[in-house]
Amino acid sequence: MQLILFIVFAAFCLAGAINLLLQTHPINSALSLIVVMTSLAVLYLQLGAEFLAAAQVIVYAGAIMVLFTFVVMLLNAGREERTLGSKAAAIVGFPAVVALLAVLATVVLHAPSLDGAAFGDNLSNQPGKTNLDQLSTVLFTNLLLPFEVTSVLILIAILGAVALARHGNGERTAGE
Amino acid sequence: MTILQFFIWSLLKVIVVTVVMLMSVAYTVLLERKLVGRIQNRWGPSRVGPFGLLQPLVDGAKLFLKEDLIPTAVYRPLYLISPVIALACALISIAVVPFGSPEVTGPGGFHFFAISDVNIGLLVILGITSIGVYGIALSGWSSNNKYSLLGSLRSSAQLISYELALGLSLVGVVLRAGSLNLREIVENQGKHGLLTWNLFGGFQFVAFFIYLMAAYAETNRSPFDLPEAESELTAGYHTEYSSMKFAMFFMAEYANMITVGCVATLLFLGGWTSPFGDLIPLPQNIVIQSLLPIFWFVLKVFSFLFLYVWVRGTLPRFRYDQLMSFGWCYLMPLAILNIVATSLWLAYK
Repeated sequence: MQLILFIVFAAFCLAGAINLLLQTHPINSALSLIVVMTSLAVLYLQLGAEFLAAAQVIVYAGAIMVLFTFVVMLLNAGREERTLGSKAAAIVGFPAVVALLAVLATVVLHAPSLDGAAFGDNLSNQPGKTNLDQLSTVLFTNLLLPFEVTSVLILIAILGAVALARHGNGERTAGE
Repeated sequence: MTILQFFIWSLLKVIVVTVVMLMSVAYTVLLERKLVGRIQNRWGPSRVGPFGLLQPLVDGAKLFLKEDLIPTAVYRPLYLISPVIALACALISIAVVPFGSPEVTGPGGFHFFAISDVNIGLLVILGITSIGVYGIALSGWSSNNKYSLLGSLRSSAQLISYELALGLSLVGVVLRAGSLNLREIVENQGKHGLLTWNLFGGFQFVAFFIYLMAAYAETNRSPFDLPEAESELTAGYHTEYSSMKFAMFFMAEYANMITVGCVATLLFLGGWTSPFGDLIPLPQNIVIQSLLPIFWFVLKVFSFLFLYVWVRGTLPRFRYDQLMSFGWCYLMPLAILNIVATSLWLAYK
């Protein structure tokens, strides 16, 4: 059962990713990306990482991709123009991709902690403790400093965005 | 319990719950028309069947038999799929809602009164709602009509803005229960009836108010029904839809109302537990023990829907900038303050 679900959603994920590259219309690409995100969420769920799955759907599929589609809709972006592609990309690109995949595969195959079953055990099979309990314990004790630093980083990004938006607005009103 | 038994039981539950959900959607429409009629000093539908009770079925048949027009300039794949997304997302959320006592179990500890009991039930509902935005956003864009596009832009902006306030208003409740599991949240507040509901005993009335406002905005209902403001946008995002496709958007809206009512009941109003707590002891009869919680649950959801219609019949529509500034400048900070206050109180206790 697990295996069937894995194959189905992995296939969805790959199909979405390939479709994302092949589609010429930006909104179709954006929608394929949503398919990729949600199938990834299902894969997380199978690993026992239920909170991560929910966060993936809410944050990526629900919030970020809505902004993507918004931009596409508002800017009314047209179809992508097909070019034949540069020769350099073809010559360097394909070997580079193969090399990268080979390295990644070696790393994944040799890492004992990334074994699917063991990973799932660590996350969900402790009695009386949910996934969320464990995650928050780790986040707020061992990884407190990185966690807080990340949130400050995000805060800075938000402030920066507000500052940029304000600046543009002010200029426009000054020009009018 | 074998996997086959589990599968068959679950399938049965899914079918029953979906049928009940669709029927309640149909009759919520009737409830609304009747109530708004009374508020406006007229009868509402009264011709078909006794008290107009068959009206929803006739409406359904009418919409089903109407000609299905598809304008030529639409972007067909998205135009066709967006009502499906909207309705599917509206119907799926009910899968994690527990609507009856979990103490009544079948063979092998099988729960009858919830399709699934998930640890992160609340997050599942939020996630599905956030996917539901696409149904509206894409329908407006693919219709190739300026009213539709404007309606869907408004609606998506509104949904995204108020989802923040909605999510934040729920944090206080989650903090009090210490769990995202809807069943545990209800059990946490059901001990002494009315007094331990999150709304009263839990001092979450601020959160309830925020949730109420955000819920009206999330379901595009009056006084926040700007996405389909008839006077300025004809019908908003579903202007170009006819026949069953229109009906799907319509059903999605009412199904969302019911889900929002269920969530409010579970989080603030003590779910399926009796408002009198243990004052009135339950008889040992298994039928009463299983039906009474469902009765309380349905009653609470019904009163929430009643409030919905009442507000719609009473309040005028907001202006769009008022809506946005209300959400971002008042509801959001209020929700954050509520979280801080609740955490401080819990830490002090």
